[in-house]
Amino acid sequence: MYEPKIVAFFCKWCTSAGADLAGTSRLKYPPNVVGIRVMCSSRIDPEHIMAAFRNGADGVFIGGCHPGDCHYQTGNYQTLKRITLLKQMIEDLGINPQRLRLEWISAAEGQRFSEIIKEFTQQVKNLGQLKSEPLQ
Amino acid sequence: MKRIGVFICHCGINIAGTVDIEKLTSQIKEYPNVVHVENYKYMCSSPGQQLINQQIMDKNLDAVVVAACSPSLHENTFRTSVQRVEMNPYNCEIANIREQCSWVHDDKQIATDKAAKIIKSMVEKTVLDEPLMPITVPVNRKALVIGGGVAGMQAALNIANNGYEVILVERESSIGGHMAMLSETFPTLDCSQCILTPKMVEVDQHPNITLITYSEVVEVSGFVGNFKVKIKQKAKYVDWEKCNGCGDCITECPINTPSEFEQQLGERHAIYRPFPQAVPNKVIVDMDECIQCMVCQVFCPTDAIDFNQKDSIVEQEVGAIVLATGYQLYSLKNLPEYGGGEIEDVIDGLAFERLLSASGPTQGVVKRPSDGKIPQDVVFIQCAGSRDPENHMPYCSRICCMYTAKHAMLYKHRVHQGRAYIFYMDIRSGGKDYEEFVQRVMEEERVVYLRGKVSRLYEEDGKVVVCGTDTLTRRNVEIKADLVVTATPIRPIEDIDQLSKLFKISINQNGFLTEAHPKLRPVESLTSGIYLAGCAQAPRDIPDTVAQASGAASMVCALFSSDQLYHDPIIAGVDEDLCSGCGICVGVCPYSARTLNREKGIVEVNEVLCEACGACSAACPSGAAQQRNFTDIQLKNMVKAILG
Ligand SMILES: Cc1cc2nc3c(=O)[nH]c(=O)nc-3n(C[C@H](O)[C@H](O)[C@H](O)COP(=O)(O)OP(=O)(O)OC[C@H]3O[C@@H](n4cnc5c(N)ncnc54)[C@H](O)[C@@H]3O)c2cc1C
Ligand code: FES
Repeated sequence: MYEPKIVAFFCKWCTSAGADLAGTSRLKYPPNVVGIRVMCSSRIDPEHIMAAFRNGADGVFIGGCHPGDCHYQTGNYQTLKRITLLKQMIEDLGINPQRLRLEWISAAEGQRFSEIIKEFTQQVKNLGQLKSEPLQ
Repeated sequence: MKRIGVFICHCGINIAGTVDIEKLTSQIKEYPNVVHVENYKYMCSSPGQQLINQQIMDKNLDAVVVAACSPSLHENTFRTSVQRVEMNPYNCEIANIREQCSWVHDDKQIATDKAAKIIKSMVEKTVLDEPLMPITVPVNRKALVIGGGVAGMQAALNIANNGYEVILVERESSIGGHMAMLSETFPTLDCSQCILTPKMVEVDQHPNITLITYSEVVEVSGFVGNFKVKIKQKAKYVDWEKCNGCGDCITECPINTPSEFEQQLGERHAIYRPFPQAVPNKVIVDMDECIQCMVCQVFCPTDAIDFNQKDSIVEQEVGAIVLATGYQLYSLKNLPEYGGGEIEDVIDGLAFERLLSASGPTQGVVKRPSDGKIPQDVVFIQCAGSRDPENHMPYCSRICCMYTAKHAMLYKHRVHQGRAYIFYMDIRSGGKDYEEFVQRVMEEERVVYLRGKVSRLYEEDGKVVVCGTDTLTRRNVEIKADLVVTATPIRPIEDIDQLSKLFKISINQNGFLTEAHPKLRPVESLTSGIYLAGCAQAPRDIPDTVAQASGAASMVCALFSSDQLYHDPIIAGVDEDLCSGCGICVGVCPYSARTLNREKGIVEVNEVLCEACGACSAACPSGAAQQRNFTDIQLKNMVKAILG
C-alpha cells in the first residue's frame, strides 16, 4: 500500500504551537507528515516547496497563523499570495495543485490541526504517488 | 566537517513508550556529520544537561541536537546549558520528537521512523548553523500601563515604587474601572470605594506616575525596551489645567441623560464626572448630549470651559507595556431567554451593585427600577450565559458564584423580610474563605439555593415570573419575583480585536488576551516587553487581579533592572555582493527594518528592528537576504533529509 510522503512547514507561533497542542492532547494523526518549524509562514520560498516535490514529496503542507494573527503582522498575507501563485504554476508543470495545501491553524486549534492533517494525508493518498524525476 | 552530537531523551515513557530509543540511536549514529549519539531518561534534568556538556568536551563537539519535547519548552534550557562549556547557544538545536511524534502516534515502528526523520532534518539544519552573538539594545526604563482599573493601578504603583517612571493611560475620564462601581466586596464585605479611593489618589499623586485619562493608544511601533506609542487625548472641552473640580458647572447644566457609571439607573448631566470620587477630579463635556447653552461657561469660576478643544496626539517612548484593559459584562440584550434587556426589573450584576451602593442612585436602598418599590422576592440567576457553549459563552466567568452570594447576603441585610432565591448550576467557591462565605449565605441568611436552570421568565401583573426546575427535588418551580438579577458572563472589552492587532498580541477563542504560557508565564504576552494583568487576560476577582498585576509589574522591573537587552540574532542580513538593490525585501518587511541605500544600490538592515520572520529571505530574488540559521540551503537540506 502506498504511503505518501508529505513535507510540512509550520510557523513557530501558531501552527507549530497548534501541532504541539495536538500532541499534548494526545490527538492521533497519520505519520506521513513531517514538519519543519520556521519562524513565520512567510519564510517559505516557493523554491523550498519545489525542492520538496523534486525530492520525492507527494504533498507539501504549509501552516500559518489566521489572517490578522501572524506574529509578524502581515507575513501570512505574503504566504497566501505566494502559494496562490505557486499553485497555478505547479498545475502548469503537471502537479495537481491539491498536493499543495496552505492552512491557517492557531495555537489553540490542536483538534483542528490533527483533523486537517488526517484529511490532507487522505487527499494526497487518493491522488497517488507523484512521479517526478529526482534531480541529479 | 562539523562534529555533531545527538542526545535523545526518553522523557520517562513519554517518548520511550512509543519510540524505540535503541533502534533510533543506532540509526542516527550512521548519519553524516554525527559523531556521537546518546540517550538518557530525562535529558532536561540536571544530570542530563551535564551529560551533554561532558560529551561536548570529551568528543569535541561543534554542535548538538537534543531530540526531546517541543522547543517551546526547553530550547532555552539546553541553549543556556551548553554555554557553560563554551558552546555557542545557536549551535544547539531541538528536534521535537514528543509533541509532534511520540504523543501522536501509537505504532512503535512508525513513530521511530518518523523520529529519525525529524532528527535527521534537524542535524542538516545544525550542520550549517552559524554561531551567533545576541544583538544588544538599550532599554528605555519607562513603562506604559493601559487601563486604570485596579489591575492597571496596582501595576503602575508597583513599578513607580521601584523608582521607574510610568505612564498610565485610561480611556475614561477617571481611573477606578469596575471596582469603583462595586458596593462591598466578597468575602470580607469591605466597602469597595473605601479600599479603592486611597489607591486612586496615590496613583494621581505619585511623582513617578503620569496619568493620562480620557485617552487611548492609537499607534504602537518598536519592540521590547524601545516602544514608541501615540496616545490620542480625546477633547474634553474643559481645560483641565484650569478646572478645579468644584462641580458648579455640573449643578447648573440643564441636560440630564442616563449615567453609564450608574448602569443607566441614575442620571448625569452633559458636563459631568462619572462619579463624585473621580480621579482626576475634573469634568468633561459629552458633546453628543450638550446643547451648547453655555451655562457651564457662565458659572465656571476658573474659565475652564473650552468648546474649541480638539483631540490631540502625544507621543511617548517606553520600554515596557502592561495591558490591563479589564472587562465588560455580556449584555442582557444577548439573552432573549431572560427578557433580552426589555424587562426593566431584570438587571445584571453591576446594576445591582449600584442599587446596593451607598453612593448609588438609590443611596443603597434596594429599589427596583420599574417603580422604585422595595422588592420582596428577588431571584438571582447564575451562569446566565456562561457555561453555555451552544448559545452563549462556553467558559465559567469565575466570580459570579461569589458575587451572587454576596448580592443575596447584602440584599438580606437591607431587606430583612425579603426572600432571595438563587438558581445555580454548581457553586464554585475556590478561594480563601470563599466556601465559608457561601455557607454563611446559605445557612445564616436563609437564602434559597435552587440547583437548576431557569427555562424562561416573563412579566405578569407587575411581577417577573421565573420558571425553572429544581433538579435536586425534581420539581418545577415558579417564582413571582419583584426583581431578577442575572450573573451574565465576563467578556473582554468590546474592541479587544483592535487592541490585539494594535499591540500584536493574540487573543484566545473567547477574546481574552493570551499569555505566553498558560502555567509558567501567565503574566507575559508572547510579544516580549508586553505584559498582561487583570480581567483582560481572563475573568478573575480582585485579589487575583492584584496578584497578577503585581506579577506583571515585577516582570517590568526585572526588564528594567539592566540598561541593556539582548535581541535574538537570527535576523536576516544582506549579502552585499549578491544584493541587486531591487528593494523587493523593503516592501515585504513589516518592521521597516530594511531600507534601500540608493547611492550604494543595496539594501541596508537595522538589525534591532528585524524580528526575524524571514519574509524578506523568501522574497529576495537573488538570495542576498538570508535569514541567519534559516538559510535557503538549510531549509532545502532539511526537506531532503525528511524525504530520505
Ligand atoms: C457584579 C460584579 C461584582 C463583583 N464583585 C466583586 C467582589 O465583591 N470582590 C472581588 O474580588 N471581585 C468582584 N468583582 C470582580 C472585579 O470587578 C474585577 O476583578 C476587577 O474589577 C478587575 O479589574 P481590572 O482592572 O482587570 O478591570 P476593570 O475594572 O474592567 O478595569 C479596566 C480599565 O481599563 C480601561 N480600559 C479599557 N480599555 C482601554 C483602552 N483601550 N485604553 C485605555 N483604557 C482602557 C477601562 O476603562 C477600565 O477603567 C465583581 C465583578 C462584577 C461584574
Ligand atoms: S507567524 Fe504564523 S504565519 Fe507569520
